[in-house]
Amino acid sequence: MKALAARRHHRSAPVVLLLLALLLTGAVYAIAQPASADAAQAAASESDVAAGQKLFQANCATCHGVSAEGREAVDGGAGGPSLIGVGAAAVDFQVGTGRMPAQMNGAQIQAKPVQFTQDDINKLAAYVASLGAGPAIPTEEQVDPSKGDAANGMALFRTNCAMCHNAVGAGGALSQGKWAPALDDTTPTHIYEAMLTGPQSMPVFNDANITPDEKRDIIAYLDEQRDGSPGGLSLGSLGPVSEGLWAWVVGIGLLIGASVWIGAKSS
Amino acid sequence: MSTVDSPPAPPTRTTRAAAATADYLDQRTGVGNAVKEFARKIFPDHWSFLLGEIALYSFVVLLISGTFLTMFFVPSMTEVHYHGPWAAMDGVQMSEAFASTLRLSFEVRGGLLMRQIHHWAALIFMASIVTHMMRVFFTGAFRKPRELNWLVGFTLMILGLLAGFSGYSLPDDVLSGNGLRIADGVARAIPILGSYISFALFGGEFPGTELIPRLFTVHILLIPALILALIGLHLLMVVLHKHTQYPGSGRTDKNVVGYPLFPVYVAKAGGFFFVVFAVIALMAATMTINPVWNYGPFDPGVVSAGAQPDWYMLFLEGGLRLMPGWEFVIGEYTVSMNILVPGVIIPGILFTTLALWPFIEAFATGDKREHHVLDRPRNAPFRTAFGVAFLTAFMVLVLAGSNDLIATHFHLSINDITWTFRVLLFVGPAIAFWITKRICLSLQRKDRELVLHGHETGRIVRFASGEYIEVHKPLDAHERWLRVQHEPRRPLEIEPAEDSRGVRRKGYRIDAARRRLSKVFYEDRVEPVTPAELAAAQSHGGHDALPLAQEERHEELTAGASGSRHLAPEPEDTEGTQGTQRR
Repeated sequence: MKALAARRHHRSAPVVLLLLALLLTGAVYAIAQPASADAAQAAASESDVAAGQKLFQANCATCHGVSAEGREAVDGGAGGPSLIGVGAAAVDFQVGTGRMPAQMNGAQIQAKPVQFTQDDINKLAAYVASLGAGPAIPTEEQVDPSKGDAANGMALFRTNCAMCHNAVGAGGALSQGKWAPALDDTTPTHIYEAMLTGPQSMPVFNDANITPDEKRDIIAYLDEQRDGSPGGLSLGSLGPVSEGLWAWVVGIGLLIGASVWIGAKSS
Repeated sequence: MSTVDSPPAPPTRTTRAAAATADYLDQRTGVGNAVKEFARKIFPDHWSFLLGEIALYSFVVLLISGTFLTMFFVPSMTEVHYHGPWAAMDGVQMSEAFASTLRLSFEVRGGLLMRQIHHWAALIFMASIVTHMMRVFFTGAFRKPRELNWLVGFTLMILGLLAGFSGYSLPDDVLSGNGLRIADGVARAIPILGSYISFALFGGEFPGTELIPRLFTVHILLIPALILALIGLHLLMVVLHKHTQYPGSGRTDKNVVGYPLFPVYVAKAGGFFFVVFAVIALMAATMTINPVWNYGPFDPGVVSAGAQPDWYMLFLEGGLRLMPGWEFVIGEYTVSMNILVPGVIIPGILFTTLALWPFIEAFATGDKREHHVLDRPRNAPFRTAFGVAFLTAFMVLVLAGSNDLIATHFHLSINDITWTFRVLLFVGPAIAFWITKRICLSLQRKDRELVLHGHETGRIVRFASGEYIEVHKPLDAHERWLRVQHEPRRPLEIEPAEDSRGVRRKGYRIDAARRRLSKVFYEDRVEPVTPAELAAAQSHGGHDALPLAQEERHEELTAGASGSRHLAPEPEDTEGTQGTQRR
C-alpha cells in the first residue's frame, strides 16, 4: 500500500487509471453484449473469413470501401454505406435476394437473379460479421412456418407490415418511386432477416419490438397465403382495383359480346 | 312478321290444356287484353338496347344471391372470438358481422360462391348502368319526351352507388372500415353540420356499435325497395314512350320499326337473362372478389397498402388522393378544403351536370318537339365531345385512385403520377373535347363526301381526250338516307331587345343567354347534304354548281317546316320483315 500511496501522485497515474477503466468497460461489455451478435462469428472459421474478405474486395469494395468502411458517392459515382456492424443477416438478405451487388443506382436497389452461391454468401457474411457485432442469420427453427401461429401473425402483420406490403404481402408503393416489394416468393429466412436488419426503406423490427417467436408467426401467416385463394384466382390480391378491372374486361366484355351476338341474330 | 299461314294442326293435349288455362285466367282477370297489347308491342332491334337489360338482370341476380346471404349474415357489432377452418383468423377477436361472413364463406355450402356472385353482380350492375347511360347520352335518347326518365335512371345510378357502398361495408373488415372512415371524414368536412351528421350516422363517435345494423337495414330493405320501384317506373316510361330507334330508312319520330315483343323479344330477353347470370356465375366461380379473410376484422388503427373502394367509388378516392392538403381556420373552426373539394364539391359538380344535361341541352336548342329517332353521335359534335370530356375527367380520377398500383406495376414515382393527374384532370378533358369534336366534324364531312360523290371504286377510266377519272359508285337509297336524314342544328336567332317602338322586350335577357349557349353548342357545324346539293352533284358531277344550291336550300327549309323535315328523298321500301307501329 505504501508503494501505491507513494506513486499516486505520479504524473502518469491518470493515464494508467484511464486505461484500466477502459479495459474494465470493454471487459464488462464483452460479457454483457447480446449473445446472437457473435453466433455467426463462432460458426465461421478463420478461413471462411479470409475467403469472404477476398470475395468482398473483388465484388463489394468499389462501393463499400476496401475494409467495408463505406464510401461517399463522388460526382454521381458509386458509393455505399459502411458495413461494419450490419451483421451476417444483412449480408445474407442483400446478397441472397440478388439486391447486392447492386446493378444500378435508383430510387431503390432492385432484386435480381442471385449472383453468388449460398456458400460464397456465407463466406461474405462471415467476413462482414467479423468486422463488428451484428444480427446473425436465423436458424432453420427460428423461421419454420409450421411452428408459428398464423392468426397471431395476421394481427402483427396488419399492424406492422400491411400499410406498405398490402394485407397479404402483395406489395405496395412508397414515395418517390420507392416500393415495398411483394413477399410471395421471399424465403422465410429472408423475411426474418429483413425484419431484423431493415433493408432500404424498411424500418428495423428488433427483437424487443417483435420477438423472434412473433417473427415466426408473421412468417407462418405469409406462408398461409401461398396456398392460393379459396375463392379462385387471386387477381394479384390487389383489392378492388383489379376486381373492377376484371369486372369490366371479363364481365362487361363478355356481356357486350353476347349483346352483339343476340342483336345480330336474325329474328 | 310474314309467317306463312299453314292449315292449323289438330290441337294436341298440351295445347288444349294451355288454352284452357289461359281461358280460365282471362275470364277471371281479363289478362288477355294486356297480353295482347304487350305481345304485339314493337321494339326496335339493336345490340346497344340490351345494355340496360344487363343492369336489370344483374339486379335480379343481386336479389336472388342477396336473399341467400341474409339467411347466414348476422348484422351485429357484438365482439366474438372466431373459431373455424380459416387458420389465419382462428381465435381472433372480431365483430359478429365479420365472423358470420367468414362462416358464410367457409362453412356454409355454396356460401362463398353466393357471396362472390353477389359482389361480382354488384360490379356488373354498376358497370352496365354506366354503359347504358353512355348509350343514352351519346345517342341523345334523353331528349323530349324522355327527360324525366333520364332523371329516374340517374337516380337509379346514385342508388346503385349507395347500395354498393352500404353492401361492401357490411362485413366489417379492415378495407370497408377504411371506406366508412372516409365517409365519416367527408361528412365531418361539411361546414357547421359536419360533426352532427357524423354523430347521427354512426350513433356517436366513429365507429361505434350501431352502424352495421343500420347499414344492413338500408342495404337490404330501403335501397332495394327504392331501386325496384324506380326500375318499375323506368320500364313503365319506356313502354309509355315506346322505345327509341336508330335512324334508318322508314324510321321516323312518328313510328317504331322493329319486331313484336312476343315471340321475338320474349325469347331474346329471356335468354339474355340466363346469359347474364351465367357470365356472373362464371366469374364468381373462378375469380376471388373481396377476400375479407385477407383484410381481417376492422380495427380503426389499421390500414393496408392498396386500400381502395370498388371501382364505381374509385373516382372519389382519386379526388382525395389528388387534392393538396389545403385547409384554413375561421375562429375555432377548421374548413377542410382538402376533403370538402374532392369529397363534396367535385362529385357535386359531376353529378349535377349529368342529371341536368337534358335540360341544359333543351335550353340551348330551344327545341320543344318530341324525338324518337336517335342521333348518330357524330351528328351532335358538342354533346359527344362533352360526354367524352366528362368520361375523361372520370377516368383521370379513377386512375388517380389507383396511383399506388400504377406506381408499382409500371415502376413510376407515385409523386410524379399524382402531379401528372393533377394537371391532366384539367387539361385532359379539354384535349379530349377538342379531339372528339374534330373527329365528329370530320366524320360528318366524310358523310357529305360519300353522299355527294359515292363510294370510291378504284376503277380508273381514261377518256379519248386523255383525261383520267375515277368512277364513283353512288350510294344506294338506304345508305344515303342514313347520312342525310338528320336536321342541321344551328345557333338560335332571337328577337331584338326592343321592338319597333323602342320598348324593351320582356324575356330578352334569358333569350340572350340562350343564344350564347346555343352558339357554344352549334357554332361549329357541318350540315347534311340537301336535295339540291345532291341533285347538283349528280347532274353536273362537279363542285361548281354548289354555291347556287346554298340559296335554294333556304326555301326548301322554310317550305318544309310544316310537313316533313326530311331534306332528301326517303327510300320507299323498308328492310326485311320488320313491323311498324305508330307512336
